[in-house]
Amino acid sequence: MDCQRCHKRPATVHLTQVINGEKTEVHVCAYCAKEQGYMSDNQDFTLNDLLSGLFNYDKSSSYKGKQSKSYQSNKQLKCPGCGLTYQEFAQIGKFGCADCYKTFDERLNPIFRRVHSGNIKHDGKIPKREGGNLHLKKQMNEYKTQLQHLIEQEEFEEAAKIRDQIRSLDEQIHHGQGGEE
Amino acid sequence: MSLQQFINEAISPWMKEEGPDSDIVMSSRIRLARNFQNYPFPIISSEERMEEILQFFKEEYAGKSFRDYHHFEVVEMDKLQSVEKRVLVEKHLISPHLTEHSKHSASLISQNEQVSIMINEEDHIRIQLYFPGFQLDRALEQASQLDDWLEEKVDYAFDENRGYLTACPTNVGTGMRASVMMHLPALAMTQQITRMTPAINQLGLVVRGIFGEGSDALGNIFQISNQITLGKSEEDIVEDLHSIVKQLIDQERKARQALMHRSGVQLEDRVFRSYGVLKHSRIIESKEAAKCLSDLRLGIDLGFIDHIPKTILNELMVLTQPGFLQQYAKESLSPSERDVRRASLIRERLQLENKE
Repeated sequence: MDCQRCHKRPATVHLTQVINGEKTEVHVCAYCAKEQGYMSDNQDFTLNDLLSGLFNYDKSSSYKGKQSKSYQSNKQLKCPGCGLTYQEFAQIGKFGCADCYKTFDERLNPIFRRVHSGNIKHDGKIPKREGGNLHLKKQMNEYKTQLQHLIEQEEFEEAAKIRDQIRSLDEQIHHGQGGEE
Repeated sequence: MSLQQFINEAISPWMKEEGPDSDIVMSSRIRLARNFQNYPFPIISSEERMEEILQFFKEEYAGKSFRDYHHFEVVEMDKLQSVEKRVLVEKHLISPHLTEHSKHSASLISQNEQVSIMINEEDHIRIQLYFPGFQLDRALEQASQLDDWLEEKVDYAFDENRGYLTACPTNVGTGMRASVMMHLPALAMTQQITRMTPAINQLGLVVRGIFGEGSDALGNIFQISNQITLGKSEEDIVEDLHSIVKQLIDQERKARQALMHRSGVQLEDRVFRSYGVLKHSRIIESKEAAKCLSDLRLGIDLGFIDHIPKTILNELMVLTQPGFLQQYAKESLSPSERDVRRASLIRERLQLENKE
């Protein structure tokens, strides 16, 4: 739905006005809503504002004199995939493409920590094709913990079986999909 | 034609089945956000690139079926009237975001309306799957299979450390939002829900109104969903949500019992007054309608009223939304005209039950 007033931006503010018992509906964009006085400036505080606030927060700048070079260069970081700069990313609070994750990687951990209560590493599903030998690696880690456990329990026969499975898995990882690492 | 079915029927076919704990949990939903590896995300994408993705889905998936989800229909946003889009939002088949960015965007909807795969939303792909009642595990299992089915042909944007890459940092990792729609009249009446909300938030879950972010809990319907998507597996996220929902169900049942015990007559009075309003009013606003429908549904659950089906709340909550009323009236209506329509539609619907 377009804004009723400017017809340019999408309507994001939806109001029902009651004047002398007559109800009318207003659908306008945030800009026109402010212009028309439907909304005060500070009311328009969206999740995006919160997020971009987080992105712009830079620890190094709070230490005097440590307005480091890396900070400056980070600001000018530009994604080769889509052309999005870090500054633009911080403004809109959204990534432009998959490559942005690599380009801005250094700066992302603090953001993810805040948004995902301290987590920075994926621990869920791995896609079948795109995941490559990640499945095998995950399986390998599971085998290794099992092996450790069996050795502690002194169940050596079972442990030997697991060890063989680790060997064949290892081969698969290194020969089957060689060069992935 | 099925677009007509999507738009004309207030209740989706899957809603007609009664799921577990359906006296309190109306529906369970899993949403997965996925993106193509080599395409810019819709937010900054050129129109040509978005069109390529849309064409790909039209060619590969239109009319296809997967398991119980038959004959995916490609509903292109550009080809819909604004009232039709509104109806699809009211049925939760598409997101408001999709209607605001209609160019090159679409949704693939299965015949039973259980699955909607949104194309070029905030992410390239948003898989959405509903189950009636409290069935998060089943919903996750099926959504994951649908995801595998799409992955056969789509090169997903995935990173070993960050997981599924999404446009918004709040979705990265699993890309999953699991949510449950609950009717909690007793917890709302006794104001326990407002006291419980902060505690639920601390566990990384969010409580919202029926139409998502920023919406009121119209008709005492609350949506509980996970906030965190990174660093936890899909199963763990669903398990956490499951255990909180389970507790909310227990608390709601206890609160209902306590209300019945302490103020049974008052509760009965409230239910029948609301029933009276619904049955006889000539003008009714959506807020009042929602409140009365919630009371009516509670009355059915508590056994005060036994000739009306439970799904009346789900059905009339959708049917009395502005989009549906206008679709039904086949013309656009001013808000006060809608209030009149709404009242007459509810009266007609309840009359139908009396005759049977």
